[in-house]
Amino acid sequence: MENRMSLIVFSGTADKLMAVATLTSGAVAMGLEVELFLTTWGLQAFRKGAAQTNMSISKDAGEHGPALLEQMRKKQVPGWLETLQQARELGQMHVYACAMTLELLDMKLEDLEPIVDEVVGVATFIERASESRITLFI
Amino acid sequence: MPEKPGEIQVDKEIDARGSFCPGPLMELIRGIRAIPVGGTLALLSSDPGSARDIPAWVQKAGHELLGVFPEQEYTRFVVRRKR
Repeated sequence: MENRMSLIVFSGTADKLMAVATLTSGAVAMGLEVELFLTTWGLQAFRKGAAQTNMSISKDAGEHGPALLEQMRKKQVPGWLETLQQARELGQMHVYACAMTLELLDMKLEDLEPIVDEVVGVATFIERASESRITLFI
Repeated sequence: MPEKPGEIQVDKEIDARGSFCPGPLMELIRGIRAIPVGGTLALLSSDPGSARDIPAWVQKAGHELLGVFPEQEYTRFVVRRKR
């Protein structure tokens, strides 16, 4: 078992990505290696430049979505991408893009934010996750 | 543990007030890396998570928590870099 946390980042809404970024920072701070597997909407959110304009909130929020966004703006909570970039400076972190989603969305690795390291298939990720202490689907 | 913040000499102070979890912890980690082993650092945080998070990290990372001083709107954490 590796001292590692693997996150499957399926959601592309700003609130869930904030959770991804916060968990990643905390794990890196506590000495865990972190791996993110970006797929579907989670991958689309990493398209170059998309983070700055991503104001979407998950359906779970219901009517509270706009209020959360407003609070995040008012309290000057750092953006999720910025938080992930800071986490990378502090520890070991690896970001994988799902090959199948890239194909579906007609994208290449170069179309994604530079924080994304490489393109892998699901089998690679599962193989890595099966050795991780923590695996979460977000 | 000393009673008053003023009793500990610090080499550097980081004001992370207004920053949210895990911001203050991230600033502490960066700050510790920037000082030599044996150096001391004070971190000011208004994040309620810091009360548990900062001592947990200090222990895990093998440093020394010299003091935790709650003020009106924030807490002052004093840490010595040990390694």
